[in-house]
Amino acid sequence: MSPDAPPIEAEDLLLAYGSFVVMRDLTFRIRRGEIFVIMGGSGSGKSTLLKHMIGLMRPSEGTLRFEGTDLWAVDEDTRSDMLRQMGVLYQQGALWSSMTLGENIALPLQEYTDLDDADIERIVALKLALVGLRGFASFYPHEISGGMQKRGALARAIALDPEVLFFDEPSSGLDPVSARRLDDLILQLRDSLDTTIVVVSHDLASIFTIADRALFLDIETKTMTALGPPKKLRDDPPNDRVHRFLTRTADTTA
Amino acid sequence: MQVDTRHTDGTLIIQPRGDWSLQRPLPRFQDVLADATVPGQVQAIAFDTSGLGAWDSSLVTFLFEAAEYGRDHDLDVQTETLPDALARLVALSQAVPEEKTGGDEGPPSILSRLGTWGLEAYDELHDFVTFVGQVVRSFVGLLTFRVRMRWRQFGVVVQSSTSSALPIVTVISLLVGLILSFLGAVVLRRFGADYFVSYLVSYGMLRELGALMTAIIMAGRTGAAFAAELGSMKIAEEIDALKTLGISPIDFLVMPRVLGIVLAMPLLTVYADAIGILGGMSVAVTMLDLSVAQFLTGLLEPVVLADGLIGIFKGFVYGIIVGVAGCMRGMQTGDDASAVGDATTSAVVTGIILIVLANAIIDWAAAVFQI
Repeated sequence: MSPDAPPIEAEDLLLAYGSFVVMRDLTFRIRRGEIFVIMGGSGSGKSTLLKHMIGLMRPSEGTLRFEGTDLWAVDEDTRSDMLRQMGVLYQQGALWSSMTLGENIALPLQEYTDLDDADIERIVALKLALVGLRGFASFYPHEISGGMQKRGALARAIALDPEVLFFDEPSSGLDPVSARRLDDLILQLRDSLDTTIVVVSHDLASIFTIADRALFLDIETKTMTALGPPKKLRDDPPNDRVHRFLTRTADTTA
Repeated sequence: MQVDTRHTDGTLIIQPRGDWSLQRPLPRFQDVLADATVPGQVQAIAFDTSGLGAWDSSLVTFLFEAAEYGRDHDLDVQTETLPDALARLVALSQAVPEEKTGGDEGPPSILSRLGTWGLEAYDELHDFVTFVGQVVRSFVGLLTFRVRMRWRQFGVVVQSSTSSALPIVTVISLLVGLILSFLGAVVLRRFGADYFVSYLVSYGMLRELGALMTAIIMAGRTGAAFAAELGSMKIAEEIDALKTLGISPIDFLVMPRVLGIVLAMPLLTVYADAIGILGGMSVAVTMLDLSVAQFLTGLLEPVVLADGLIGIFKGFVYGIIVGVAGCMRGMQTGDDASAVGDATTSAVVTGIILIVLANAIIDWAAAVFQI
């Protein structure tokens, strides 16, 4: 892995379910320390692209590099080590419901460090404090609200100090206030942890608040049709569909 | 990972040095403080990061504890002496926490646990009685045509509880009949009473084991399936959707299932009785040199109709128990991933306990009334 390489780099990716092509010709580089948003309408393949980036799915064609190394050209152990440097906040949080918040965060630390239980407990307290859930270690996921569950899941995602943090629709299912709080938290974490952040979203308010650059996946052409700062894309859209998406206008010509 | 300390004018200066990593044991702020010799009262904590190398959450955890200590002891924690990223992280960790809604009260006392257990037992009984009451009310509604029965669902339950259950009921009943007959053969032969083995097998199967074994099979099979089906529906908010439409989930979901298994159980009991006696007869004929005619005569002479009817009645009662326990546990399912599994286990355990209890009560009543 090269320190100068971009954290994530995609080259000529073709994403498909069997013979059904979801996206093709995806080429982009995510810069270190930026918040990179993958946007597009429902069914455009945003979450599918995310699943490829976090190693859950293998691209049908093309190359996906993490820190300069092809994710799928290495053996499984090496890939596991690479994936461990990624933290993921899933759409529904995906906290393990039979475990307390503290146990959820402690599990990766128990698995991948040699720290004793007391030290792990101290780190769990820190991670919970970072996401505004100080003192909630003994709560089970079903005992806290949806927004708190997402922040708890974020605390788990940052447990191992990942190089890249992925968020799948972070504002989904949250009220506007909780969604904005999560956006602020994403910005604060990027600024403090200096982590590269990749967000899948179609929430315009969130995109304009947090994104340094955004990638637009076009469901009609099945490829990326725009890449750049979202405000620039809104003011100077490269095509009509990007304009409609970023200004919330329906296609009345159809 | 090393921490040096020095002091100037009541300010404790903490100097973390070297590379900090989660892969090594974390220095504890309290230990560093205990080792530091500061004359007089510490009024402020400052940091010197000049000798600091690479760092991760291990250092942030240490600084977090320093900040917590400072906050608890009214000390001025000078985070501005930290590099920007670290200062921001410490500030973020000290942001106003969420208002807690409970928890962290420490382990409860034995008295408190006993009280909680008593209250839970009372709630459990209350829920059971309430549920049975709702089922009875729904059944009365059905009889008075106020409740519409879902006959299709009823048919599915009867089918899955009878014909689909026949193979397992056949195997178990046959083996139980064989075991009873083996047992009788060994014991009765000692007294020269081989002839009565048919009485033992038929009396045992008709009055007790035919219905009991069938009920235990159905508790593990159909009762568990009811709990899993209704539990999954509860988690998917399908039951809430029924309620908001003004449809009673008891009428719509529970009644067809309970009635289906109540109809199926007596039928299965009769079948299990017959298979069990057949199994017993095969042992008697092969091991005790009894003829089929002798076995049947020995069976028909002492066994009366009441023996068979009690067994069928038990099957009917067990059917109610299996249906109600399965549906009740399904409807009581929680909302986390393990809830359906818990509901299923609980349905089987509740069903079997109540079946054995009901068996004892019916046998006691039969003895008292000499049936």
